Amino acid sequence: MKKIMSVFLWLLAFLCVFPVFFMITGSLMGSTELKELLLPVMEGGSGYASWKCFPQYPTLKSYVELLIDTPGFYAMMWNTVKIAAGVLAGQMIVGIPAAWGFARFHFPFRKTLFMIYIALMMMPFQVMMLSSYLVLDRWGQIDTLEGIILPAVFSTFPVFLMYRFFVGIPEALIESARLDGGGEIMIFLKIGLPLGSPGIISATVLGFLEYWNLLEQPMAFLKSKELWPLSLFLPAVGMEQAGIAFAASVVALCPALLVFLAGQDYLEQGIISTAVKE
Amino acid sequence: MRKRREAVKGLMFILPSFVGVCIFWVVPYLDVIRRSFFGAVSGEFTGMRNYRTIFENQAFQLAVENTLRFFAVCIPFLILLSLMTAIFLTREKSHLQLKKSLFLLPMAIPVASVVVLWKVLFHSRGLLNHFLSLLSVREIDWMNTGASFGVLVISYLWRNLGYDVILWTAGIAGIPLSLYDAAKVDGAGEWMCFWKITLPNLMGSLFTIVVLSILNGFRVYREAYLVAGDYPQKEMYLLQHLFNNWYRDLALDKMAAAAVVTGIVIMLLIAVLGYTWTKEE
Repeated sequence: MKKIMSVFLWLLAFLCVFPVFFMITGSLMGSTELKELLLPVMEGGSGYASWKCFPQYPTLKSYVELLIDTPGFYAMMWNTVKIAAGVLAGQMIVGIPAAWGFARFHFPFRKTLFMIYIALMMMPFQVMMLSSYLVLDRWGQIDTLEGIILPAVFSTFPVFLMYRFFVGIPEALIESARLDGGGEIMIFLKIGLPLGSPGIISATVLGFLEYWNLLEQPMAFLKSKELWPLSLFLPAVGMEQAGIAFAASVVALCPALLVFLAGQDYLEQGIISTAVKE
Repeated sequence: MRKRREAVKGLMFILPSFVGVCIFWVVPYLDVIRRSFFGAVSGEFTGMRNYRTIFENQAFQLAVENTLRFFAVCIPFLILLSLMTAIFLTREKSHLQLKKSLFLLPMAIPVASVVVLWKVLFHSRGLLNHFLSLLSVREIDWMNTGASFGVLVISYLWRNLGYDVILWTAGIAGIPLSLYDAAKVDGAGEWMCFWKITLPNLMGSLFTIVVLSILNGFRVYREAYLVAGDYPQKEMYLLQHLFNNWYRDLALDKMAAAAVVTGIVIMLLIAVLGYTWTKEE
């Protein structure tokens, strides 16, 4: 029984990670080797596409081609960075105080407002698509990066997530700071921020993975190609350029992977605290 | 007086966020609700006509049917698979952290990065069929037949397994160990413990996990769209495709009505979720 469980878990884990190996191997293959393996998929010849665990003649040619001969790639990478960084910075500036306000103060309609926040964070993009379009259209933000960034800054999910962490700070700590004559802003900065930092990091990690990967919004609201993020560039690369597609996939994956590895504990905490009432 | 001062202070913290939320989300959505009762071109009040139009619309019916079918197949499958994985994980404690990371990894992989793999995998002459042919299974035309539904299911399970496993392990960790000790003293076996302690104690988490899994399910559109485009195989045509196509055709009246209907369904889900949360308190 123990054996079966172990085999099952490792097999499942392998299936989860397989795409990463696949992309890395593919990106290190030369174009001849790729063509040999993938010809049936590229041109529909006979037989099936096949794959190897390691490239026969490892080469960085695809990367060189991508990074030197594809100038559009940098622009798209840069757009992706701008979107992710802009959204996260905005979310922190607006969201941290809001989360603190919901967690630490009593005011009329607090519950109702918070319910609105929860409802909004759970709406899929498609439900809000038309409303987003209407706002962006009215403010002339269609086909601009601001039009992608601004609505995301006011996404309510990070507020909810950080709220869950701020609520856990013991009231006694804040009461005593108040008795010492600390102003509300001082208390927020000196107690809230440090003690709530796991929540802030969780929100950043989850947010980064989300906005690095953003697809629906740019697809709907960005018409000019020079504003596109990576997520729209990659699908446009055809199978005949498989090498470039693999290299670009790996490059796009790297930042997300780094954030994932560095912030894994926070990611887990974040996932758990959205679901489990403490 | 003190209460009022506190309220004002609290509101000051929330104000910037709340103003933005109203401008970008609440007010426009209210506008969409209003528009759902008006004609798109004429701009005159049409009552429930837009709603009648979408419910009679064949594309809408197909999309709703497929979306419901998608959830009906995927949610139980994902819930069971992730529960099983979580239970195995907590019992077999070796490399726990590593395995958790491996399961969660798909969450971090950008959709765009898997597109190439998906194309190579699900092509009729692709890797998956190669693998199946080795097992002497007939080849499946993943993209052009009903099997395309399988592509959705696989994409969804692959991306969401780790998320649910984390939720379940948290639920399992929350069960007091003393319960198991007491049961073992009374002579209960492993299975007995599982049925009488583990499962009943996880019922609270079950509902939350189901709702979160449904909401995460809407994102499967990303993979579906990137692999198959605007008009995929019939079985793959989801509500998300429909919204996208209506948006491109600027069918604002239909979109408004559909956004309200879908919004109501999701609100109901959230309401039930909120109810179970307050009950737990």
